[in-house]
Amino acid sequence: MADLQKKEPVALPTWPDDVYRVLKEADVRQVGMVPDAGHSRLIRAFEADPQARVITLTTEEEGIAMLAGAWLGGERGVLLLQSSGVGNCINMLSLPMICRMPLLMLVTMRGEWGEFNPWQVPMGQGTRAVLEAMGVIVTRADEPHLVASTVSGAANLAFNTWRPAAVLIGQRVLGAKNFKELARK
Amino acid sequence: MNVPNELLHRRDVVNELLRDRSDLLVVAGLGAPNWDISAAGDSPNNFPLWGAMGAAAMMGFGLAIAQPKRRVLVITGDGEMLMSLGALATIAVQNPPNLTIAVLDNERFGETGMQKTHTAAGVDLAGIATAAGFRTSRIVRTMAEVTEIRDLAHRGNGPVFAQVKINPEALYFVLPPADGGILSTRFRQSVLGDGSLYN
Repeated sequence: MADLQKKEPVALPTWPDDVYRVLKEADVRQVGMVPDAGHSRLIRAFEADPQARVITLTTEEEGIAMLAGAWLGGERGVLLLQSSGVGNCINMLSLPMICRMPLLMLVTMRGEWGEFNPWQVPMGQGTRAVLEAMGVIVTRADEPHLVASTVSGAANLAFNTWRPAAVLIGQRVLGAKNFKELARK
Repeated sequence: MNVPNELLHRRDVVNELLRDRSDLLVVAGLGAPNWDISAAGDSPNNFPLWGAMGAAAMMGFGLAIAQPKRRVLVITGDGEMLMSLGALATIAVQNPPNLTIAVLDNERFGETGMQKTHTAAGVDLAGIATAAGFRTSRIVRTMAEVTEIRDLAHRGNGPVFAQVKINPEALYFVLPPADGGILSTRFRQSVLGDGSLYN
């Protein structure tokens, strides 16, 4: 019985649709991303949106620089990344800070609640400290129904006060992978 | 006139790239390219970086897609470009016609004691850009070729990548404003108008 329950299809979470609406209200046009499974529904929504441009990056700090250029040219954007990518951004975060530019980062968390892969833990546990050390204002959502309002608040903060803001989307919202199960023949 | 094998001088190159610049938007990488565009004449349409090494190309790209009717020229150094080679792949995939990247390649880390960069050992930045998908990507050794890059940049027939081989000379600094808030605000006011001051 327990096994059967595990294999039943789970209803797809719809909080990414609410996040998409919030980002559209914020007039986000440039979506820079290094993909994460937790962002896949939001990425698909933007890919279907002719008013937005999804830019796949080779590394997350490219997105910090790109969105600085976007702001200089009058466009707003968002950077979608996983917690492991936050570490790649550290020095580049000087740019929005010193130039008083908005930056909105949506970070899907790994290396915390329910994590199976030990290699995700160091950066996952360091994510908030790294962002805050670089002056990024960090807020966090651990319940699906709170993600969109948290993003809305961070977007207002970023775009109205010209500073970097990040939303950490907890692994509890995203659901933890079970690699042992995935590896089972 | 150029003598064969004589390296170009960086400020001659930059002066030519920015000749009759009209409403060209310019992003310069940290260090000497910043001082070079400032020596050519400070402008609100310049965004000279003082840090964030590796940012220049992607910053120019974000600006270029936000302002598709303007032409954007990134002028940076070989060390700065080497730090963000992945950006060449990202930009080539997006294929922005109004973006030109000119790398002033002195084969040195000029600000830190003129240590050799990878290009001194033959790493071919223009070849990397070609392989990434830039349809126009050249190694430039003469002022006539610099003029061609200038014209491509000003016409918006891009994306264009140019690796301009230059003399490893250390020149006097010409400093633009260092306050990032001033640089951002004056750039946005110039590009977006006075309305940008109200948000």
